[in-house]
Amino acid sequence: MTALALETRALSKNFGALPVAQAIDFRLASGARHALIGPNGAGKTTFINLITGALKPSSGSVHLAGADVTALSQAARVKRGIARTFQINQLYRGLSVLENVCMAIAERTGAARAMFRPIGRRGEVIDEALAILELLSLGDDADRLIRELPYGRQRLVEIAIALGLKPRVLLLDEPAAGVPTAESHVLLDVIESLPAEIAMLIIEHDMDVVFRFAREITVLVAGEVLVVGTPSEIAANERVREVYLGKKTRHG
Amino acid sequence: MIGIAERGAFLRHRHRLSWAESVPWIAAVAAFFLFPSYETLGAQVLIMVLFALSLDLILGYAGIISLGHAAFFGIGAYTAGILSAQGWGEPISGLVLAAIVAGIAGFISGWAILRTTGLTLLMLTLCFAELLREIANEQEHYTGGDDGLRGIRMDPIFGVFEFDLFGETAYLYCLAVLFIMFVVARAIVHSPFGQSLTGIRENIRRMHAVGAPVHLKLVTIYAISAAMAGVAGALLAQTTEYVGLTVLSFIRSGDVLIVIILGGFGRLYGAFIGAPLYMVLQDQLAKQSPEYWLFGIGLVLVVVVMFAPRGVLGLLEDLGARFRRDSR
Repeated sequence: MTALALETRALSKNFGALPVAQAIDFRLASGARHALIGPNGAGKTTFINLITGALKPSSGSVHLAGADVTALSQAARVKRGIARTFQINQLYRGLSVLENVCMAIAERTGAARAMFRPIGRRGEVIDEALAILELLSLGDDADRLIRELPYGRQRLVEIAIALGLKPRVLLLDEPAAGVPTAESHVLLDVIESLPAEIAMLIIEHDMDVVFRFAREITVLVAGEVLVVGTPSEIAANERVREVYLGKKTRHG
Repeated sequence: MIGIAERGAFLRHRHRLSWAESVPWIAAVAAFFLFPSYETLGAQVLIMVLFALSLDLILGYAGIISLGHAAFFGIGAYTAGILSAQGWGEPISGLVLAAIVAGIAGFISGWAILRTTGLTLLMLTLCFAELLREIANEQEHYTGGDDGLRGIRMDPIFGVFEFDLFGETAYLYCLAVLFIMFVVARAIVHSPFGQSLTGIRENIRRMHAVGAPVHLKLVTIYAISAAMAGVAGALLAQTTEYVGLTVLSFIRSGDVLIVIILGGFGRLYGAFIGAPLYMVLQDQLAKQSPEYWLFGIGLVLVVVVMFAPRGVLGLLEDLGARFRRDSR
């Protein structure tokens, strides 16, 4: 049995009377390539927010590498190896690409606590950031401001920041959202080339992407897990066709 | 195509000193010799620069808007003032104590109010300052209440430099303290900690997501800023040998906000432009029209916010950039 990188047990969340996560039991093995799909409003992003600690669950628990982290803050969970990207870019728009990635690295290494020695003289932080940018072919954009960058490349910076945290679990919330199909393959190539030991959970609407990337798929409907299975099992599942895939084909 | 070795040059070089940074210091020293009769006013300008610099740390870098920064200025002024009025006239220790007391007040109040944002935070900063003003008003025995605190007598600095009637010592004393505080502020904003404050201002959600202890960082810079404002207040108490309730007033909080908006925030040097500009403007407008000078200030502020949202310093930077482009 492979060790679990991430697990949720009966994780539930209500917004007032509205249940947005209902007793979700979820398992992510080390090095997993897992996709989370479901119709709009199924609670996919909410689920991510519960895992990262951006939201507090109404009940249930979150476990990272076997340890219960439900009571821990977002920051403490990041320290334990959890990183995410956002569906809508959450970048430091007025800062350079390099500064964006340095921000994550400085927090991870603890350099960000220091009030002396300029960040510009911290070669170890800058070199690591440049190496990540190189990996994502963002090297030439290092000194450009985020707001001057095309959207597709901004999406890459989202991933670069997450990598700066050296995650063991990486949560990708629609990494190709808003990117023209012609450019989205760059993003997917990058995601596929990431180190195998990182456990990855991807939220995605594009079924081609899901079936290309994932070895396991969870279908979420109205805050509940409908079914978990391999891509071929999900494709063959009648209920999934009904609530999700079927609807999608009918409407185009 | 940028050469690989040059990548990151922007970040690697940003903290380096540029020749332009010497200009305000040269100007401040030159003013000492050129306008000997204005040294008392000059000291007040320097104090305002320091006060605005402290506000810039939280407003320009961490994005904390305060309408009550006078709280810490006032705490510093009363700490140094009361200390001296009670018989301890040594100035340097007075400054240090003022910084500590104001810093602690900043830490405690910051811890409580910096979980809020926007309008709520704005109102809470205002309330905190007003609360302190009322306390100072009530505690007449210590503060002199409405009449102000009298009986402040300062010893010579280092036992050598006596405060003179013409404000020469006061001016140089304020300039030296400002310089030290500036060096500290500059080190902080270029440090990784300072960079992470910029991150909070730019995108607080992302800052949480990279695992930053956002609240602790905000409280820390708020306390540092408060300590610096406290030093400014203490300088005023020591150089004028008087503390009135206005040190805690809403008007003072507003003044410093106008100064930093006029000068330009988020670049440290905005304070150096804003403070003299505002005080000279105030002085001149009041001479022209003792009744309507505030109207003039308001007008200038509207024009600056509309046409130079990054302040006069931003305007100068844009002009400088255009000049460099043209001359290429």
